[in-house]
Amino acid sequence: MPKKYETPLLDELEKGPFPSFVTEIKKAAAKNDMAADELGILEKCYRERRTHWKHGGIVGVRGYGGGVIGRYSDVPEEFPNVAHFHTVRINSISGLFYKAETLRMVCDIWDKYGSGLTNFHGSTGDMILLGTKTENLEPIFAEFSSRGWDLGGSGSALRTPSCCVGPARCDWSNIDTLGINYAITQEFQSELHRPEFPYKFKFKTVGCAVDCNASIARADCSIIGTWKGTIAVDQDAVKWYEKNGMDINAEIVNLCPTKCISYDGKALKINDEECSRCMHCIAKMNKALKPTGEKGATILIGSKAPFVIGATLSWVIIPFMKMDPDNLSEFYDMIRKMWEWWDEHGKNRERMGELIIRRGMREFLEYIGVAPVPQQVKEPRRDPFWFWTEEDIAKTT
Amino acid sequence: MALPQRKTDIGPPHYKDFLPPVIQKNYGDWKNHDIISPGLMVHTANSGDKIWTVRVASPRLLSTVTIREMADIAEKYCDGYLRFTTRNNLEFLVSDEKKVEPLQKELKEKGYMIGGIGYMVSNIVHTQGWIHCHSACTDASGLVKVLMDAFADYFTTTSLPNKVRLAVACCTNMCGAVHCSDIAIVAIHRKVPVIEHENVKNMCEVPSTIACCPTGAISPDVAKKSIKIKDEKCMYCGNCYSVCPALPIADPVNDGVAIVAGGKVGNLRSMPKFSKLVVPFIKNNPPRWPEVVDACKKILDLYIAGANKHERVGEWIERIGWEKFFKITGFPFTFQHIDDFTIARETFRTAATFKW
Repeated sequence: MPKKYETPLLDELEKGPFPSFVTEIKKAAAKNDMAADELGILEKCYRERRTHWKHGGIVGVRGYGGGVIGRYSDVPEEFPNVAHFHTVRINSISGLFYKAETLRMVCDIWDKYGSGLTNFHGSTGDMILLGTKTENLEPIFAEFSSRGWDLGGSGSALRTPSCCVGPARCDWSNIDTLGINYAITQEFQSELHRPEFPYKFKFKTVGCAVDCNASIARADCSIIGTWKGTIAVDQDAVKWYEKNGMDINAEIVNLCPTKCISYDGKALKINDEECSRCMHCIAKMNKALKPTGEKGATILIGSKAPFVIGATLSWVIIPFMKMDPDNLSEFYDMIRKMWEWWDEHGKNRERMGELIIRRGMREFLEYIGVAPVPQQVKEPRRDPFWFWTEEDIAKTT
Repeated sequence: MALPQRKTDIGPPHYKDFLPPVIQKNYGDWKNHDIISPGLMVHTANSGDKIWTVRVASPRLLSTVTIREMADIAEKYCDGYLRFTTRNNLEFLVSDEKKVEPLQKELKEKGYMIGGIGYMVSNIVHTQGWIHCHSACTDASGLVKVLMDAFADYFTTTSLPNKVRLAVACCTNMCGAVHCSDIAIVAIHRKVPVIEHENVKNMCEVPSTIACCPTGAISPDVAKKSIKIKDEKCMYCGNCYSVCPALPIADPVNDGVAIVAGGKVGNLRSMPKFSKLVVPFIKNNPPRWPEVVDACKKILDLYIAGANKHERVGEWIERIGWEKFFKITGFPFTFQHIDDFTIARETFRTAATFKW
C-alpha cells in the first residue's frame, strides 16, 4: 500500500464544481508510490508556498537529445519515490484525436512504468506522462515506439508541431491543417529529436484567422489558412439569421473592420476587394457565408512568450502560399533557409523572431529570398534612418 | 520479460487511423454547424451526414483511472472515438443522434461538467506549477481550479457578450499563450536572485548566464570566478535561474501573481492583442487564492455589464478607455503599470484626448 499523507490544504481543492486535479492525484496515489509522494510533496509546496522541484539533469533515451524532461526533488529523503520524477513527452496525434483502445494502451504502459499521472495535454500539445524514474525511460520508449508512437520535442529543438481541428470537424478551415501538421512532423524528425538550434522552434497550423490553436501568439512559424476569392452569400440563410433574432446591421455590418458589408433589409452585399478576411461575419453566420476561390495560408514568423525582449506576436512574411500536404517542398526549402540563417547568427536562447528584430527584416528576407511587400508591415517606417546598399543606389540613379 | 524492439524517428501515428468513420468520409467537406447548447454542437456535412460533439471540462492533470473511465464512456456511446481540445477539454464524438442524450445523462451522473462551447468561459490554459516545475512561483492547477469553480456557471449555462479565454502561467516563462488572453494570471518574483558563488563556479557557464539577462544586469565577478548582479537593473524575470541553477530566485514571502487582461489571438473585428497589466501583485494565498478570484470576478462582472454583443474583453476596454477601466474597477494605477521595458514609448498617450 502506498504511503498516505495528510493533505488538509489540498483537500480544500476537492471542493467545488470543477473537476479536481487533487482528486486525480489521489486516485493514482491509492495504488502508486510515486503518485502518493507527489501528493505529499505538493502539500508541502502549498504549506511553504514554494516549489520543491529542482532543475532537470540530462536524462533521455539513446540517440535522442530531447523528449524527456529531467526532474528531481530537492527533498529526496522526505519523498523518496519522487526523488526522480521525469516527464516523458509523447508526440500526440494531429487534431488530438484518440480511440478508446489507444488510451487504454497508454494507461497500461504508464501504470507499469510511471506515476499513473498525465497531462492531456501539455501547452505545446504533447501527451505528457508525468513522473517516472531514470531506469524506466528506455523501457517506456521501447513500449511506445514498437507500437508506432514517438517522443515529442524539448530543449533547443523543433518542438512537437500542432494544429487546430481543421477539416476533420470544422466548416471554416481553408487548409488541411492535420495533413500539413503530420507532414511537417515527419519531414523534420531529426530536428525534433536532436536539439541543434540556438533555442526552441515551434510550428502551429490553423485553418483560418479565428486561430483556435493560438498560432499567432506562440509559434515561431504560424501557418494561418486563408483564401483569395470572394465570400459567397446565401441570401435565404441571411434572412434565417435575421428571423432568428440577429440584428444584421448592428452585429455584422457595423462590426466589419473594413466596412465592406452592406445590408438593406433585402440583400447582404460584400465588397470583396476591400475584405481583409478577419472571419467575424463568417463565424457569426456560418450558414450564410462561405469563402470561395483559391485556398492557402499566410506564413507568419516570430511569436513567443516574454523572454528575452518581451512577448511578440507573429508577423507576416509570406502573404499567401499554397499548402498541399503532399507537396510542401517550397515551404520546407524556405524553412531550411531560415534555420540556416538562425544557426549562423542566433545567440544561445535567442528565438528566430528576436534575431530578426536584432538584425533587421531586410537581412532575413534577403537570405530566404523573399521580396518586401506592404502586407508584411502595419505601416512603413517613420524615421529617416535607413540603409542603402551600392545596388540600391545603382537602381535609383 | 524482454522488451519489444525500439524504433527511432518514426513520428506519431497517422491521424486518419483515429478519426471516426463519419469524419473520414466527410473530411474537409463540412457545410455548417449549430451550437445546440453550451456543451453540445452538431456539424453537418455537404453529404447530409452529421456528427455531434459533447464537450466536458477536464483538469488537464488526469490519472489513468479517469482516462480509462473516459475510454469506457467513449466506447459505449461513440464507438470509442474522442478528442481533446487545445484548451484541455474532452470532446466525445457521437455519430448516432440517439446516443447523445444518454451520453449527456451518464456524464452528468458521473459528475462531469458539460459546456464551454460558444460565448462562454472555456477551460483555462495553464502551466505545471508546483506539480512539477522548478521555476514555478505559484501553483497553476490550484488557481485554475478556484477560478473555474467561481466561473462554473459561465462554462455550463450562462452566456457572455463573447467568449472569454483565461490562462494561468506559474512564472514569466509563460508556457502557454497567457500574453494574449482575455484575463490571465502570471506569477512573478519581486526580489533579486541569490548568488551561490561556489555553485556558480561548478554548475554554470558564466558567459551564457551574462548573455541571458534582458536588462544587462549581470557582469563577471573575476575574483570569485562567479557573477555579479546590479540590483537596480534586475526585474526578477528569473531567466538567469533557468540558465544557471546557482541563482535561486524563489521567495515564499515575496513571490505572488499579477493579473493581465484584454488580450486575444483571433483576428475577428480587431487585430490580435496582448494582455496588459491590471493588478501588479497579489500575494500567494493557497489553497484557494480568494483575492485573485475576487479581482478576476470583478473584471468579468464589469465586462458582462458593460460590453456590447460580440465584444471581447480587450475590445470592450479599448472602447471605454483604460483610464475608465481603472476608474470602474477601482484597481490602483501604479508605477508598475507604466511600461519601462522594450516598447515603452509605444504605450505613452500621445494625444490630449482621454476621459476624466
